[in-house]
Amino acid sequence: MLDTATERSAPPLCELRDMQKAFGGIRAVDHVSIDLYPGEVHGVLGHNGAGKSVLMKMLSGAYQRDGGQIFVNGEEAEINSPRDARKYNIETIYQTLALADNLDAAANLFLGRELVTRTGMLNDPLMEAETRKIMARLNPNFRRYHTPVAGLSGGQRQSVAIARAVYFNAKILIMDEPTAALGVQETQMVAELIQELKRQGIGIFLIDHDIHAVKQLCDRASVMKNGKLVGTVKVDEVTEDDLLGMIILGKKPGEAAA
Amino acid sequence: MTDTPPTTDVSEPTRLKRSVFQTLELDTRLLGMIGAFLIIALAFNILTDGRFLTPRNIFNLTIQTVSVAIMATGMVFIIVTRHIDLSVGAVLAVTSATMAMVQTAVLPDWLGIPLGSPLIAPIAIASGIVVGLAIGALHGWLVGYLTIPAFIVTLGGYLVWRNVGWYLTKGQTIGPLDENFQIFGGINGTLGETWSWVVGVIAVAFVLWAMVQARRSRIAHGFPAKPLWAEFVIGGIAAVSILGFVAILNAYDIPTIKLKRLFEARGEVMPEGYTAGYGLPISVFVLILIAVIMTVIAKRTRLGRYIFATGGNPEAAELAGINTRFLTVKVFMIMGVLAAISAVVASSRQTFHSNDIGTLDELRVIAAAVIGGTALSGGLGTIHGAILGALIMQSLQSGMAMVGVDAPFQNIVVGLVLVIAVLIDTIYRKRTGG
Ligand SMILES: Nc1ncnc2c1ncn2[C@@H]1O[C@H](COP(=O)(O)OP(=O)(O)O)[C@@H](O)[C@H]1O
Ligand SMILES: [Mg+2]
Repeated sequence: MLDTATERSAPPLCELRDMQKAFGGIRAVDHVSIDLYPGEVHGVLGHNGAGKSVLMKMLSGAYQRDGGQIFVNGEEAEINSPRDARKYNIETIYQTLALADNLDAAANLFLGRELVTRTGMLNDPLMEAETRKIMARLNPNFRRYHTPVAGLSGGQRQSVAIARAVYFNAKILIMDEPTAALGVQETQMVAELIQELKRQGIGIFLIDHDIHAVKQLCDRASVMKNGKLVGTVKVDEVTEDDLLGMIILGKKPGEAAA
Repeated sequence: MTDTPPTTDVSEPTRLKRSVFQTLELDTRLLGMIGAFLIIALAFNILTDGRFLTPRNIFNLTIQTVSVAIMATGMVFIIVTRHIDLSVGAVLAVTSATMAMVQTAVLPDWLGIPLGSPLIAPIAIASGIVVGLAIGALHGWLVGYLTIPAFIVTLGGYLVWRNVGWYLTKGQTIGPLDENFQIFGGINGTLGETWSWVVGVIAVAFVLWAMVQARRSRIAHGFPAKPLWAEFVIGGIAAVSILGFVAILNAYDIPTIKLKRLFEARGEVMPEGYTAGYGLPISVFVLILIAVIMTVIAKRTRLGRYIFATGGNPEAAELAGINTRFLTVKVFMIMGVLAAISAVVASSRQTFHSNDIGTLDELRVIAAAVIGGTALSGGLGTIHGAILGALIMQSLQSGMAMVGVDAPFQNIVVGLVLVIAVLIDTIYRKRTGG
């Protein structure tokens, strides 16, 4: 794979160090450290409830961490809100997509970052034009620019959420189960998009349940279980069964099962 | 990310049937409401032997609608963000009490500004608006930052504010209100025929200009635009409606006795056969201005976009970096200001402040917004819909009064209409998928 992903002379694009988050008594994320290099796809695996989404939401500013540090390009980053994360070019495709169902594609794509005219009014035609441009690239069949996204298919909604993350020049992209709602062909399109973004030097955290896809798309994979990091491996050096073992047993390959 | 070709979702016949409406890009929900309103108006006109659709009754209908309609535009934002405001009638009462006391006691007795001074009305109105704004900010803070449900906060406000007003006035009726203040009351302040035409022509010019701008910008961005004939049809309907409305209000003549007095006051003698129409009431003019401003906020500003986004999906709005707590404060502040403006209209219409002013208005205002298509589940609603909703309610009420329906039965009908309107809306939304 890319040597940027394996060579460790440059600082990582992003590093999460000793991250912690608890909800009531549940330690959703328990002292987890994980990093990401430019042009790398870093898979995050684990059962439902393992803490993958919570870990990523601390990076995207959706949740405030209880402890731990975030570094971007080697410097400590203060990320306490989604706005903070956007300043560091961190974009997220949330598992829930986080779309306002009553608004159309363009309004969702630019939500919180609207384009305005000289008088400060929303420039809806310009936003629609930009949306058409990016959708032509991501989902050429997309036509329903004036429909609230509630009326779109799962794949169309997903493409709106992806367009939002890609449009604003992400350097760090978090994709939380981006293919969960998609069919085979659409999933393939997402895989191609990931390859393209990778070539542009974007670092991607990819949460996915499909171990086969993770093997194909990712450079490294981290496995979480019960809020803890089981381990991080280079996907070329492990088999699918090894990954499965990590997820189910919570043991790194080679370690004896307890 | 490919999709199956979208040809399968609409069958051919329904497509053809809908094509004219689609080309005109008219809001079918709005058309339905206008249709319902016209049916109600025509039915009452028949039942009253033509007394319902006279210039005089239409004039009265519009000035009776203004106060509730102004507040209904603010209630749209409140309900769109998934809140409710049960206190608007009480806030109207306390701001009305404030303005009454400022103009009859505070300014003349404490500050020495003589009664009748031109300063009285503007200062009184400003003080009412400040009080409304402050109450709205308080409600919004309690709801947004302390996360107390709006239902509870404003139920409390409902009990608190009217009675704060009672203490301000020591329970007394305060009046007569300042002459200049009273121009917002309807019949005591109208633009007259000439100025009404001026306003009408400006309104038509504005609508046509907005349509041209919208078309230009669509074409500039290479989007499909409506065919020209469709633009002309819509522009024509808008122009005829606006100018027709002005013509009707101008056709309501000021009684000869009143005109004679006006001439005498100026030391002149009225020429024989002289007539003059009332024209557009200033209160209606204020409502139109508010409707335009609120529509611009809803459709063209970040604030409006965030209000609707938050109503559609509060979590998504927060993830997009929107400060939904402060947004709640702003929405309640707008509601407070509008309640104060309604207080100006309501108190000057009755020419005095009374403790029961605005009683039950909270229910009328919520009903107007909901009949006008605002969904209590949040995220959906329009300003023009709420105003139309207020007009429909007022038409039912006045129409039934003219026909001689008993007051209890009037309320029964209005209650049924509210429920049926929401039922129809629910069915409509299920059919159209949004
Ligand atoms: N907002 C929240 N409030 C309470 N508990 C939460 C919240 N978000 C996540 N959790 C809990 O944290 C744990 C990790 O969840 P999550 O990160 O969503 O898992 P996953 O790995 O499937 O993405 C789960 O036990 C979940 O119930
Ligand atoms: Mg998850």
